[in-house]
Amino acid sequence: MKAFVTVMPKAGVLDPQGKAIGHALTGLGFAGIGEVRAGKVIELELAETDPVKAKAAAEEMARKLLANTVIESFSVTVG
Amino acid sequence: MKAAIILFPGTNRERDMALALQRATGHRPPLLWHRDTELPAGLDLVVLPGGFSYGDYLRCGAMAAQSPIMRAVKEFAARGGHVLGVCNGFQMLAEAGLLPGALLRNASLRFLSMDCHMRVERADTPFTGRFQRGQVFRATMAHGDGNYFADAATLDRLEGEGLVALRYATPQGEVTAAANRNGSARNIAGLLSPNLRVLGLMPHPENQVDPEIDGTDGLPLFESLAESFAAA
Repeated sequence: MKAFVTVMPKAGVLDPQGKAIGHALTGLGFAGIGEVRAGKVIELELAETDPVKAKAAAEEMARKLLANTVIESFSVTVG
Repeated sequence: MKAAIILFPGTNRERDMALALQRATGHRPPLLWHRDTELPAGLDLVVLPGGFSYGDYLRCGAMAAQSPIMRAVKEFAARGGHVLGVCNGFQMLAEAGLLPGALLRNASLRFLSMDCHMRVERADTPFTGRFQRGQVFRATMAHGDGNYFADAATLDRLEGEGLVALRYATPQGEVTAAANRNGSARNIAGLLSPNLRVLGLMPHPENQVDPEIDGTDGLPLFESLAESFAAA
């Protein structure tokens, strides 16, 4: 079973990368772009077949390593 | 002073750090490998040097913070051992939870390879005893992720407890936004643990320890450590 951990900079944490992407998109002529935030997705292949347990395991991995909860928030989906 | 330097895959400043410590103590410190699980007995100081451990994968210092030796380093710090983390070493200390906050991408998004000046905020620590309070010294920075971040409550606590060791400043000692090239919260360049025995800083004091090569601005930091252990 696969788990997808989405890690994003927390609200209030400066995201210069997102800002730069926003500027570049505006420069390309895309109109109406508000705030852009850049994060990452980590895809995990897990031996676990129970989705509830898989999600709990991925959340534990996110807390311990995949996200730095001082500056990042995370969410997990399984499927 | 018995010091040791820890080497991670991707560390690249261990040699300069060893020379700086040798200059201050007369002894060349041993290098320890990240897979080691124990520190040598009788160690006074552990140094986490600069570089790009594990290629900065995931987040700078995140992988190193989980390596086998870091468990021993955490225990060492918990027993009151002294730990110095420079550049990538500071990032590891933050990732390992030995210092609060985190180092974000520089506000300019640019890798900064240049000299900076730091004002010494307190001179009554094992790392800064040879400086005067308010003294400014020059060091080289070389980092892409040195923008210190912590939430406002944490910053207030750090200020209140006097744990900010060094701040980015002008050569005259003024703490200005222009002197804060990486965008760090409150110009924080160096941070202490509550027992004053763990110091993390982004710039490289080990660059300036030789009068023949760019001066000795950084040498007092290493002499301070040597002196505090000689006196103990």
